[in-house]
Amino acid sequence: MSATETVTLPGSLADKGGPAQALLIVKDLRKYFPVRGGIFGRRQAMVQAVDGVSFSVEKGETLGIVGESGCGKSTTARLLIGLTEKDAGEIIFDGQGLGGELSPRELRRGVQMVFQDSYASLNPRLTIEDSIAFGARVQGLDDPVGRAHRLMARVGLDPTRFAQRYPHELSGGQRQRINIARALAMSPRLVILDEAVSALDKSVEAQVLNLLVDLRGEFGLTYIFISHDLNVVRYISDRILVMYLGEVVEVGPVDAIWSAQAHPYTRSLFSAMPSMDPDNRTKTPPLSGDPPNPIDPPEGCRFHTRCRFADSVCKTRAPKLLEMPQTPGHLAACHLHDPASGHPKAGTEVMG
Amino acid sequence: MTEKLVDIRNLTVRFKGARTVYAINDLSLSLKQGETLALLGESGSGKSVTLKTLLRLLPPRRSEIEGEIRVNGTDVQALSGKALQSYRGGEVSMVFQDPGLALDPVYTVGAQIAEAVMRHKGLRKEEAISTAFDMLQRVHIPSPERRLRNYPHELSGGMRQRVMIALALACRPRLLLADEPTTALDATVQIQILLLLRDLQREFGMGVIFVTHDIGVAVEVSERIAVMYAGRIVEEGTTHEIINDPRHPYTRGLLAANLHDIARGERLNAIPGAPPALEEPPSGCSFAPRCPMAGPVCRAGVPDFVNLGPRRRVACLRVDPVPAE
Ligand SMILES: Nc1ncnc2c1ncn2[C@@H]1O[C@H](COP(=O)(O)OP(=O)(O)OP(=O)(O)O)[C@@H](O)[C@H]1O
Ligand SMILES: Nc1ncnc2c1ncn2[C@@H]1O[C@H](COP(=O)(O)OP(=O)(O)OP(=O)(O)O)[C@@H](O)[C@H]1O
Ligand code: SF4
Ligand code: SF4
Ligand SMILES: [Mg+2]
Ligand SMILES: [Mg+2]
Repeated sequence: MSATETVTLPGSLADKGGPAQALLIVKDLRKYFPVRGGIFGRRQAMVQAVDGVSFSVEKGETLGIVGESGCGKSTTARLLIGLTEKDAGEIIFDGQGLGGELSPRELRRGVQMVFQDSYASLNPRLTIEDSIAFGARVQGLDDPVGRAHRLMARVGLDPTRFAQRYPHELSGGQRQRINIARALAMSPRLVILDEAVSALDKSVEAQVLNLLVDLRGEFGLTYIFISHDLNVVRYISDRILVMYLGEVVEVGPVDAIWSAQAHPYTRSLFSAMPSMDPDNRTKTPPLSGDPPNPIDPPEGCRFHTRCRFADSVCKTRAPKLLEMPQTPGHLAACHLHDPASGHPKAGTEVMG
Repeated sequence: MTEKLVDIRNLTVRFKGARTVYAINDLSLSLKQGETLALLGESGSGKSVTLKTLLRLLPPRRSEIEGEIRVNGTDVQALSGKALQSYRGGEVSMVFQDPGLALDPVYTVGAQIAEAVMRHKGLRKEEAISTAFDMLQRVHIPSPERRLRNYPHELSGGMRQRVMIALALACRPRLLLADEPTTALDATVQIQILLLLRDLQREFGMGVIFVTHDIGVAVEVSERIAVMYAGRIVEEGTTHEIINDPRHPYTRGLLAANLHDIARGERLNAIPGAPPALEEPPSGCSFAPRCPMAGPVCRAGVPDFVNLGPRRRVACLRVDPVPAE
């Protein structure tokens, strides 16, 4: 079964802006969740889940998003597909603004998401076949069942064995692959994958990543890939975006960030990768201190409570996302990289 | 106290339905008190089913279980009523692969942890709440006092996973079954949780079976590794032995399918072929259709274990008697 003959993604939204138009532009996206505040639950407080996030994704590009647990990655993703309503900010898909020229319905045709919780998007009462075929059917695409079967085969699940099963009759990794097939069956142009391969063993993960790479080539798909596995992110992404406590702290080409992390948080994240040597296990966590409270985030740089290089200026002034002079397209929000910031070590190579 | 905390002998699990699924096929496994074993294996190989069987969580009507399972000397299959309840969550607890299933959406996470300790440890409400607080702090959830009053859907994926770890550890179990407990955690938090598990294990002598597909995690947390394929253990040994000297062709393939230092654009190295359908009991080596070393003898019968040393075994007919270079 060759790929090009069997799976096509017809019925995708037509390209509007041409190749030079970014597929997705996000400007100053914000989402605060109200929570029961105070000891007695009276004071209304807000979790600043996503606070002024801006980025863009080019057509055919893969943007990896990484960051500490709870920093707002899934919330950002849910805002992008309109599943959570934004408080502020703009979402521009292929040149058209959401809420203006672009209706939420159209956006949902163009963007699909694979959710972090593999049960979340599968109806427990539908068979796997019906779950995958459902979206294609709703959109009036040809042969929804045939599509479902072909996609199942491509994520490594034999349709004769699995098509008639229910979600609880699958293993975790099998369910995750069904979710990927379900998203692809809707002919999206942008697929947001939130921890989509995290439950797969390395061999099946390799198979699914190969498939995603193939589909990207065949159909010009664009991906936003959220994952905690930095090796996976490195392999699949063209650029990486690093979030900390609701904000973007670093973004740039994958190789640039891999070879030299500009933000101290990114640095500690990368140095926390598990050792592969049984005789040389990790003894101390590379990032100490707890993540701060997103309800009342630290003033100035939000990372200053845990940063080795924090100086007084970091406690009062929030650093701006600035481009690294040597690497175009590589931006970081840290006073160390801003000679005008007043940080005593600014412009020096303290991070080594 | 028996020396073996877990002793599974010749376990077979079948799911009945339109088609029968032979999920576990003659699996034997043991764990000593205070030991941590990592269970590795392909997606669908039966890791979660093994853990659920240990907790007696499989749907009774749809599943057929044979074999013997003892935990701390108790015959798990024979438990019922009160004894089963205190076994589950008291003596043995589990961190599930899907937090969505384990946490109750209508109660706050604090109430769920407190309720478990009240039930199993007989603590009063205030003590139970302070235990819940202490546990959330230990799993590094930021602002734990506030998070106690959150509902599961108000937490991020990684926080829910840590709440489940807190819930599982709150009753100080003798055996912890952890099913991919750190997949939703970033590297910095993951290492903190692994260090915590290592500490607790030393502190209370807790035994742990830790399902993971991340070999780096297995290395960090376990002293022993068992590798599963198609419902059986195919190789077992110390972490050191498995990582440095894997013998089963499946284990070798799994270790080779690693993303370290692979350039973008390069094809990733997946083990070719697909796992068996599990619709009938195995009649030969289940890995034979994908095995580079397979011969006719491999299809003739299910390979027995070759013992390479004390607690070091491999189920392969062509296993090299000497270590690989
Ligand atoms: N529905 C909600 N109500 C209240 N708070 C919420 C809600 N959804 C998310 N939050 C909060 O928003 C913050 C960001 O959560 P989000 O799920 O986006 O994190 P994440 O980066 O995806 O983390 P993880 O890696 O753990 O999945 C967290 O503090 C979380 O508790
Ligand atoms: N209730 C059920 N009915 C029928 N088949 C089932 C049921 N539960 C599990 N299975 C099948 O049993 C096999 C073993 O499943 P299990 O969940 O143990 O896999 P796993 O090793 O945990 O995989 P993963 O790494 O993907 O979570 C799978 O092929 C699965 O499809
Ligand atoms: S701005 Fe200051 S506190 Fe923030 S990351 Fe840079 S050095 Fe650290
Ligand atoms: S028994 Fe034969 S088929 Fe099975 S793993 Fe060994 S060599 Fe391969
Ligand atoms: Mg998330
Ligand atoms: Mg599982």
